[in-house]
Amino acid sequence: MAHAKFTLTAVLLATTVLSVPVVAHAQDKILRIGMTAADIPRTLGQPDQGFEGNRFTGMTIYDSLTAWDLSKEDEASVVIPSLATEWAVDPDDTTKWTFTLRDDVTFHDGSPFNAEAVVWNVQKVLDEDAPHFDASQVGVTASRMPTLRSAQVIDEFTVELTTSEPDSFLPINLTNLFMASPSHWQAKFDETGDAESAWAAFAADPSGSGPFRVTGFVPRERLELAGNTDYWNPDRTPKLDGVVLVPLPEANARTAALLSGQVDWIEAPAPDAIPQIESRGFTIYANPQPHVWPWQLSFAEGSPWLDRRVRHAANLCFDREDLQILLGGYMGIPKGTVDPTHPWWGNPDFDIRYDLDEAQRLMTEAGFSAENPLTVKVQTSASGSGQMQPIPMNEYLQQALRDCYFDVELDVIEWNTLFTNWRRGATDESANGAHAINVTFATMDPFFAMVRFSSTGTFPPVSNNWGYFGNDEFDALIADARTTFEDDARDEALGRLHKRLVEEAPFVWVAHDAGPRAMSTRVTGVVQPRSWFIDIAPMDIE
Amino acid sequence: MFGYTLRRIIYTAPVLLGVAVVCFALVHISPGDPLISILPADASVDLQNRLRVLYGFDRSYPEQFILWLGRALQGDLGTSIATGRPVTTEVMRAVANTLMLAAVATFIGFVLGCFFGFVAGYFSNSPLDKAASAAAVFGVSVPHYWLGMVLVIIFSAQLGWLPAAGAGPGGSSQWKFDMVHLSYMVLPALTMSVIPMGIIARTVRALVAEILAQEFVIGLRARGLSEFGVFLHVVKNAAPTALAVMGVQLGYLLGGSILIETVFSWPGTGMLLNSAIFQRDLPLLQGTILVLALFFVVLNLAVDVLQSALDPRIKR
Repeated sequence: MAHAKFTLTAVLLATTVLSVPVVAHAQDKILRIGMTAADIPRTLGQPDQGFEGNRFTGMTIYDSLTAWDLSKEDEASVVIPSLATEWAVDPDDTTKWTFTLRDDVTFHDGSPFNAEAVVWNVQKVLDEDAPHFDASQVGVTASRMPTLRSAQVIDEFTVELTTSEPDSFLPINLTNLFMASPSHWQAKFDETGDAESAWAAFAADPSGSGPFRVTGFVPRERLELAGNTDYWNPDRTPKLDGVVLVPLPEANARTAALLSGQVDWIEAPAPDAIPQIESRGFTIYANPQPHVWPWQLSFAEGSPWLDRRVRHAANLCFDREDLQILLGGYMGIPKGTVDPTHPWWGNPDFDIRYDLDEAQRLMTEAGFSAENPLTVKVQTSASGSGQMQPIPMNEYLQQALRDCYFDVELDVIEWNTLFTNWRRGATDESANGAHAINVTFATMDPFFAMVRFSSTGTFPPVSNNWGYFGNDEFDALIADARTTFEDDARDEALGRLHKRLVEEAPFVWVAHDAGPRAMSTRVTGVVQPRSWFIDIAPMDIE
Repeated sequence: MFGYTLRRIIYTAPVLLGVAVVCFALVHISPGDPLISILPADASVDLQNRLRVLYGFDRSYPEQFILWLGRALQGDLGTSIATGRPVTTEVMRAVANTLMLAAVATFIGFVLGCFFGFVAGYFSNSPLDKAASAAAVFGVSVPHYWLGMVLVIIFSAQLGWLPAAGAGPGGSSQWKFDMVHLSYMVLPALTMSVIPMGIIARTVRALVAEILAQEFVIGLRARGLSEFGVFLHVVKNAAPTALAVMGVQLGYLLGGSILIETVFSWPGTGMLLNSAIFQRDLPLLQGTILVLALFFVVLNLAVDVLQSALDPRIKR
């Protein structure tokens, strides 16, 4: 009996001892996320992998001077103060901006955030003579703030930024400049002796001021973050103990990882798996994103789209609600580049809708009929970042536009090639005679959303005005928006630009991505804003 | 033996140079911009030109090739454009992952392949032969990514027995030889093993059937040797060819099946190649192909030397 008691006690003791780490692990609130990226986005301050990079290794580890308000799901995300509390342009020289900084922020390594840190972070991508200049971070930074030229310390918590020309878009652009710790980089430099090695060491052990800090990093496998309990913003101080990011580029693998409980959240589940995901009790979050899935039309000599009636007819000829069904419901129906709730809406006269009779009338007026259809060639890809489901969507359009006397020919090429061709323009031989190109784009920033597609200064190869759309009227509208520095007035000016853009229809606006993500119901505090981004900091896990 | 080995080593040098030339040329003549992974489409022309100079893409192709090869010979394969990490580190980490997976897959494939091959060869034209041959044909012809997905659906999504993707659990930083980490290897290794299994089974079946029909086997039996003794003779005669086939298969698997590694998000060379191709990360793409070619050539060399040791006739 004594022996049996001893054995029982021993077993219980052993079980208790062995279970301690398990229990401790179970109590940790770790959120595991399956990303669509094939690798962990770069962690050194300026992430790669597009906005997925900003979402997961930008806004988590770092802060920027300005940030997106991600706390609302029913209205457009707008820019709000972050590390800068306020900013103003110099009325006498509108290329100079003064930013007032927070005075209570420290980086994860304990060093203070101040004006010198801002200057250092501007230099890392713009000043080739700076010891910490890093060419690998230039591409993803300079193009997102094309007019920023330099920064200068005014006092400990005030900094002056200079642009190459008056540019009211600067505060919006600055959401892309993440502040890394100069002291931490210097320590890495002292250890390694050269800038390239210092940045590599910094990427493996980064230091920002964001709501999460890096605790483990295995390239191409996982990134482990822990909540920064000393975060300066109490509204965003994490409740989670940690976040694990796992690259899972294949949609079916992501779905299986979620269904098997390997991760708690996946980005972009396979569309045909959504019913199964829902039936297994997971929640799908989606909201139309600032994103356009378009046909960008050619205005080159001889293009059939030069006739505005034809452009309008194409925009009226297909039922976007049908297309939405085809995509499992996860698509926003566009009314323009931005939606009517957006500050840049501008109330255009042309209403983008499904109106087959009107479309046919316009085409007949333009001289086309079922017997005499208009042949248009569209260059697209079979896949690609943000392209949603390009082949089924284009085939749907091909079929629908037949009713309006369009004979659509699809020229499907590889995604990277299509992306490169986008810069070369409709008249380049790479266009292969196409009259339209199907490349999706983000619309968070006025330059990305509108300016690059409507300015004569952005004709190829300068930027993405592939179709050579633009004239004096649009150049004047753009200049007006760029030189209006009061936020509301600037938004009104952008509204005037958007109104005319929709009315002239240099695009066939087909869809907005809804960015579906599937999550375990254990994840709480989720707000899916109308944005490419989502704020992980206020989330919790049960 | 030493002379033969030395001769084979010398022969590999021009092969490797050829591989380097082909891999450099193929990567450079493919369409698209080499800076696409770090340059958004909106990047100004000035910025594009600046980065082109910084990365050395403004130089002539021969100049770029000589610089790349010179550095590669010193073990420096450059820096990944997309990640900024040294290509050598990236490739070697992926090779280590693929090597683990390929070794396990080859072992499973070799054991099962030999088993099915011997069964089919010994009992040729019997129902056993037909069943074993069917298994071999299945291994060769089934789309492997499809098989992978089916296994994931059954064992991960439905039954929840095994992890669906990755090389280890979230929260642990290094691969370890423990049950948790091994569980991540089961499905990809099984999927990958059907390739060598099918090929080895078919090869061994043909060999065994051919050897069994030879006169020396009849002689062995006539002299009263036990069936096990005869079996050992058959194994000895079949081994060099089976070994050669296995070596080639291991070489292929080292390249990592892009599809299998992608389906299971296994961070090996297949996935690295996939990522390098999609990001048009030229240094990473060139480095990965070169290292894989090097492994393939070295593996072939090792198999040739081993084969000649087992069967001295080969040296002649």
